[in-house]
Amino acid sequence: MAFWIASSPHHHQQSETSALMRLVIYATIPGVLAQWYFFGWGNLIHIALAVVTALVAEFTVLSLRHKKISTQLFDGSAILTAVLIGISLPALAPWWITVTGSLFAIIVVKQLYGGLGHNPFNPAMAAYVMLLISFPVQMTLWQPPLSLLALDIHFVDTLSVIFSGYTPQGYSVEQIRTHIDGYTMATPLDTVKTNITMGLTVVESMQSATIGEHFGVGWEWMNAGFLLGGLYLLKRKAIHWTTPVSFLTSLFVCSFIAFVISPDSSASTMFHWFTGATMLGAFFILTDPVSGATSVKGRLIFGALAGLLVYLIRKFGGYPDAVAFAVLLCNMAAPLIDQYTRPRTYGHKL
Amino acid sequence: MKMNPEYKELAWQGLWKNNPGLVQLLGLCPLLAVTSTVVNALGLGIATLFVLIGSNVTVSAVRQWVPKEVRIPIFVLIIAAFVTCVQLLMNAYTYDLYQSLGIFLPLIVTNCAIIGRAEAYASKNPIKQASFDGLMMGLGFLAVLLALGAIREVLGQGTLFYGANLLLGAWATDLKIQVYQLDSQFLLAILPPGAFIAMGFLIAGKNYIDDKVAQAQPKKLQQGIERVRVNFDS
Repeated sequence: MAFWIASSPHHHQQSETSALMRLVIYATIPGVLAQWYFFGWGNLIHIALAVVTALVAEFTVLSLRHKKISTQLFDGSAILTAVLIGISLPALAPWWITVTGSLFAIIVVKQLYGGLGHNPFNPAMAAYVMLLISFPVQMTLWQPPLSLLALDIHFVDTLSVIFSGYTPQGYSVEQIRTHIDGYTMATPLDTVKTNITMGLTVVESMQSATIGEHFGVGWEWMNAGFLLGGLYLLKRKAIHWTTPVSFLTSLFVCSFIAFVISPDSSASTMFHWFTGATMLGAFFILTDPVSGATSVKGRLIFGALAGLLVYLIRKFGGYPDAVAFAVLLCNMAAPLIDQYTRPRTYGHKL
Repeated sequence: MKMNPEYKELAWQGLWKNNPGLVQLLGLCPLLAVTSTVVNALGLGIATLFVLIGSNVTVSAVRQWVPKEVRIPIFVLIIAAFVTCVQLLMNAYTYDLYQSLGIFLPLIVTNCAIIGRAEAYASKNPIKQASFDGLMMGLGFLAVLLALGAIREVLGQGTLFYGANLLLGAWATDLKIQVYQLDSQFLLAILPPGAFIAMGFLIAGKNYIDDKVAQAQPKKLQQGIERVRVNFDS
């Protein structure tokens, strides 16, 4: 009887792409729940729309490319991209925004570059940036938290707003977004940015209704939810700790320096951590293994660069939030970072 | 009319096989910058066409007397002279279009498609062929500009021939076709990134057609030579 001799490595991890993607999708649940609790059904509807569109697009392109549809369609990568798009869109954006964005993400950003594993840019963020520069009006239809709305918005209302622009009672998006006192409410980051240009200090902006007690009604819990999901991913070793840690540290350091120098015109460090898309970006987007840097040192640089860019664009750029732009710029830099941070092989000089 | 095979080859090269826009990828700067509408594209395409023919003819006419060492500055001077003519003409007759093309009209001087043809073809061939080559290359470039302009205008604003009166006079206002009604412009298609993406799709389309044509060609049977390996030692 012959023994079957296998070569090393002897310890296998039987994980597949789909298992990893499923894990990441599960990890978004706390954040999505917080978003649902504070902002209503809008983003869940967008997520559903995006998933359907992305699957259809993926199916079409895979069959055009004569790929194996059964394995590649349900490897979860398209679904994850769609979920991220759905989370990041404004809750009251019209339906065609989601559809256009998902089609662009899957067809142009992912499949035209060669499919999963070959895309130089993060598909979800590339689609978000495409939508933001193409449809600036629709992409700023942020919905204020439900607790601040003058109207009661239920599932049917949100669905009707997304598909027709009006609730069944005939209220328009603008009317929904208007506070009882007659002004349109923006996101916390937007509020602070506008107030600074109007000459108000950050402390005065913190009195605003959208910001509430801490860093933004709802936004802080959403970010906490994504932080929780991210910690779960870290615990399950689905992502490496380097990128999120260096990203958050870098953002912390940048905002801390600015806060020390000029506390009146710079928001606090924790405000930067817990508003906007910071935690989503740190744990779910920058950690994309395809479009990010590879080595440990490379990921540290990658995250730090992203943090710096997010801070700079939030502070000096034209848009209130910056994660999508920072991610795309870092994706462009990733090959260069990889080039210069090759790990040394034992016994060799570089 | 039987066409001279030389001219046929020139036309084929300029319009398809060696198209300045799709294959040589020359003159990308105006190609991407001004093709936001069909009319802009048409204006710049015609201007480039005239400059290309004029410079090709002149370069070919003086080719015996141009010293090899200073040929490039001389070509540039000739091209610049023609561009100035076109610019002044457009300033006089189509002032609005002249304004909407802006800096890209004088920039035709630096369009490498033109100096490329002067250097590669006109400086080595007689006037007749050189002028025909200029016409075909210019038409090829114009066709790409028009295709790109049409794609971007339809996607971006949902119209075609918007502003045709700038080029053709007041009667052409009615030429505008509303393909579909957009609530908001699709800015990406109008902005330069959209031009790059659309250009990529155009090139992909051309390569796809070429591939299909190549596959449809009957395969030539290759006479296989049978070699027998002989080992004399054994």
